[in-house]
Amino acid sequence: MNGPAPLPGTGTPAGTGTGTGTGTGTGTATAARARTAPARAPREITAPGSGGVGDSPPRPDGTLKVRGEFAYSSDLWMDGMLWGATLRSPHPRARIVAVDVSEALAHPGVAAVLTHEDVPGSKHFGIDHFQDQPVLAFGEVRHQGEPVALVAADHPETARRALERIRVDYEVLEPLTDARRAAFDPSCPPVQPRGNLVRHQPVRVGDVDEARTRAEVTVSGEYRVGIQDQAFLGPESGLAVPAEDGGVDLYVATQWVHNDIKQIAPCLGLPEERIRMTLSGVGGAFGGREDLSMQIHASMLALRTGRPVKMVYNRQESFFGHVHRHPAEMRYEYGATRDGRLLYADVEILLDGGAYTSSTMAVVGNAASLGVGPYVIPNIRIDAYGVYTNNPPCGAMRGFGAVQACFAYESMMDRLADACGLDPLTVRQVNALSEGGVLATGQVVAAPLPMAEMLERVRELPMPAPLDAADPLGLPGGVSQTTRGEGVRRGVGYGVGLKNICFSEGFDDFSTARVRLEVIGGRATVLVHTAAAEVGQGLVTVQAQIARTELGVDRVVIQPADNRVGDAGSSSASRQSYMSGGAVMTACRAVRDRVLALAAARLGTAPGGLCLAGGEVVPAGGGAGVAVEDVLGDTVIEETREYHHAPTERMNPLTGQGASHTQLAICVHRAVVDVDVELGLVKVVELAAVQDVGRILNRVSLEGQIHGGSAQGLGLALMEEIQVRDGLVLNPSFTDYLIPTILDMPPMRLDILENPDPRAPYGLRGAGEPPTLSSTPAIVAAVRDATGLALNRVPLRPEHVAGLT
Amino acid sequence: MRVTFTVNGRSETADDVWEGESLLYVLRERVGLPGSKNACEQGECGSCTVYLDGLPVCACLVAAGQAEGRTVRTVEGLADGDRLDPVQEAFAECGAVQCGFCTPGLVVQAHDLIERVPRPSDAEIREALAGNLCRCTGYEKILDAVRVAAARRAGADPVPYGGTPTPEERR
Repeated sequence: MNGPAPLPGTGTPAGTGTGTGTGTGTGTATAARARTAPARAPREITAPGSGGVGDSPPRPDGTLKVRGEFAYSSDLWMDGMLWGATLRSPHPRARIVAVDVSEALAHPGVAAVLTHEDVPGSKHFGIDHFQDQPVLAFGEVRHQGEPVALVAADHPETARRALERIRVDYEVLEPLTDARRAAFDPSCPPVQPRGNLVRHQPVRVGDVDEARTRAEVTVSGEYRVGIQDQAFLGPESGLAVPAEDGGVDLYVATQWVHNDIKQIAPCLGLPEERIRMTLSGVGGAFGGREDLSMQIHASMLALRTGRPVKMVYNRQESFFGHVHRHPAEMRYEYGATRDGRLLYADVEILLDGGAYTSSTMAVVGNAASLGVGPYVIPNIRIDAYGVYTNNPPCGAMRGFGAVQACFAYESMMDRLADACGLDPLTVRQVNALSEGGVLATGQVVAAPLPMAEMLERVRELPMPAPLDAADPLGLPGGVSQTTRGEGVRRGVGYGVGLKNICFSEGFDDFSTARVRLEVIGGRATVLVHTAAAEVGQGLVTVQAQIARTELGVDRVVIQPADNRVGDAGSSSASRQSYMSGGAVMTACRAVRDRVLALAAARLGTAPGGLCLAGGEVVPAGGGAGVAVEDVLGDTVIEETREYHHAPTERMNPLTGQGASHTQLAICVHRAVVDVDVELGLVKVVELAAVQDVGRILNRVSLEGQIHGGSAQGLGLALMEEIQVRDGLVLNPSFTDYLIPTILDMPPMRLDILENPDPRAPYGLRGAGEPPTLSSTPAIVAAVRDATGLALNRVPLRPEHVAGLT
Repeated sequence: MRVTFTVNGRSETADDVWEGESLLYVLRERVGLPGSKNACEQGECGSCTVYLDGLPVCACLVAAGQAEGRTVRTVEGLADGDRLDPVQEAFAECGAVQCGFCTPGLVVQAHDLIERVPRPSDAEIREALAGNLCRCTGYEKILDAVRVAAARRAGADPVPYGGTPTPEERR
């Protein structure tokens, strides 16, 4: 076959017109910075409204986003930039015999073709514990989609065609795709030099074998969770710009700026200070941006060509460009007294991490420590395993480790309820953990955990209206009109999820904030600067609210997140309100103290008798105030503070004991479903959630987190799965990997409680993840209620729900 | 090839367009309108929804050449200067925007719905927006935003948004 002709316009920069290429959202500052900063680079944003902690002011980035002017990482543009592309392995396991790039390099419009031989520094990186992931594969490819070579060209289509001209000679090897074999069969070939076991974490409490002899009721089950994808809508993308000092300026969408740099710098052979990273607009994350994607690749191409290089994955590549949620195989056995009191739990959890370590260590830690959820069980044996295979690589996704276990332990609680003749809420209340109780790890719950009360509130919620067979949109199958109501049965189910908030097991995931107060244009203005990633969750809104509450000044400007300020940790583990919120609060209080000292000196009083409120310094006992602007004059007050949570302990490697978690959060769901039991179609009629968040910082944002988390749990229950056969992904597209649409999502009913955690800023409790845990088992329980089937695997497929398999 | 079309009231000409390029690529990379988003490039997600001669389409599924001589309106063309369209205003106010990547497409699609059906029912909103994927919000706040936008555009009392109503309050 003859190759296609070169594209018209190759040899000149793609994206015509420097005049129009700057877009409409960049403002006048762009022109002045045009030589060093790309068009559509992030810029500081003034937070609208005047709301403090507890209010719901609009998002600072909301207006830009609804106008289409928010600068996402895929929108970056720079004069003379090239487009990068990645050649990926078609095989889950193969030996690379030879790579020939000569034909690709000769293709018109191509500026560079790189392989592992061109990696300037370390050839491996990794997010956690082990740096075992190659920048570009060499020797062996260990999963389908593993990056092998890179191209930079003047048009994305030219780059794609050049990829087709790279000749890679593979010797195809048999992939290891059976996680159980990887864990327990020492004769199977190792995927990694250190073997196939990433981590085995046991938890041992009491004497399970003795308790088994006393149990009046035993129940058991085997459960499976498929591979879920984060499916953020904004694919991996960014721009690398070579800098004059030999370093690189990176504009990317990530969850953790400083940890990216820590991994990128050694691979580029550069000191960390020569990498300047600015967070560009992030189109969702959900854990999928915690690992690196295009960061090192674009940097290598930029440093080699001396030109800015933009990389944007398409949807198919995105499915191979990030880690997924670990699939799990779980075996549970519970024993109890006849009245439903749990005596023992005997649990095995097996998590398939794919070829590289990524976050598997922490995922196993979560699955082990939260393996039986928020229930008091006197005798526990848990063995949680994470393994390497040649299946798709897995790592962080919302609720990691806890999501998989939650599906199993909640299914077990329903099974126990059935065996004891109790209703599902009562069996949970009988065994509910509460403040002062202990987790499986022996950690004492040191903050309110009103689970029994939350279950009671769920019990009292009104039920949705009965099925209306006259409305086809409300029936399973929807507009396909597969039923007029015949064969449709209603079911109700419940789920409870327990999630650790912030990083665990001894990790000090601190955050840093720089807060500056000065008079700009005659108005006192607070500038808040952190490296914390706004990924959609509304952190920038909360940062502005905290600044207003602490400093009594309405005008707050949020600066772009970058590494000119200290580490903020990751936007994961539901931790940023706690950690970066805490850092902003602490830095604001340091600024406030200096303002009050300044005012006291001018007024000749003691600073202890003054406070900041309503834009004024006022005597604490009341009386006339002085405007902050008058106190400050030309003085600029700036303070930078770190915020650390209380230290945590590692889990004992043999017993799993240890106070490993920073904070615990709980969500309870009730799901009501209508099921066409003949066709196996499910319509979720309503989802209700009760969640204790400690303190509501912003109700509108918070509700959005609970809604969105519940939706991802619904997806895992009913439709979302990366299907894999022999290590190959069968459905890497939005046509074949289904996520919930507005027709799949039911109306939601929320009941939000505020029992403060005295150790957390404002008493808050991280809120983003818990709803993702509990909605899945609640929906599956409701489908079981409607069908009477065991349903031990998610996502449910129609053939399961119709009882055909 | 050369493509000339009207976008947001302005005539644009793009030169050296490859025949395989989509309208979305031309908008984003050649005429400086990156508001329409590329999230799937196969018409599944609706993030690139624009008006083409007054009808909402996925710009990723329209070949650039098909836009020749036609009129396109993108999310950047909805506001009147600094004044947001009621749909945009309601999306920002009601929490319908989180990461915002789906927002441009949803705003255009919801705008079209309210043009056709001034006071849509919830079922009509769901049906109209069924082709637009959102991964962040679970869609509840998007429904709220469309209800609020429709009410305001119809001149009903502008009720300040205070959170998602319960199913009972909604009825």
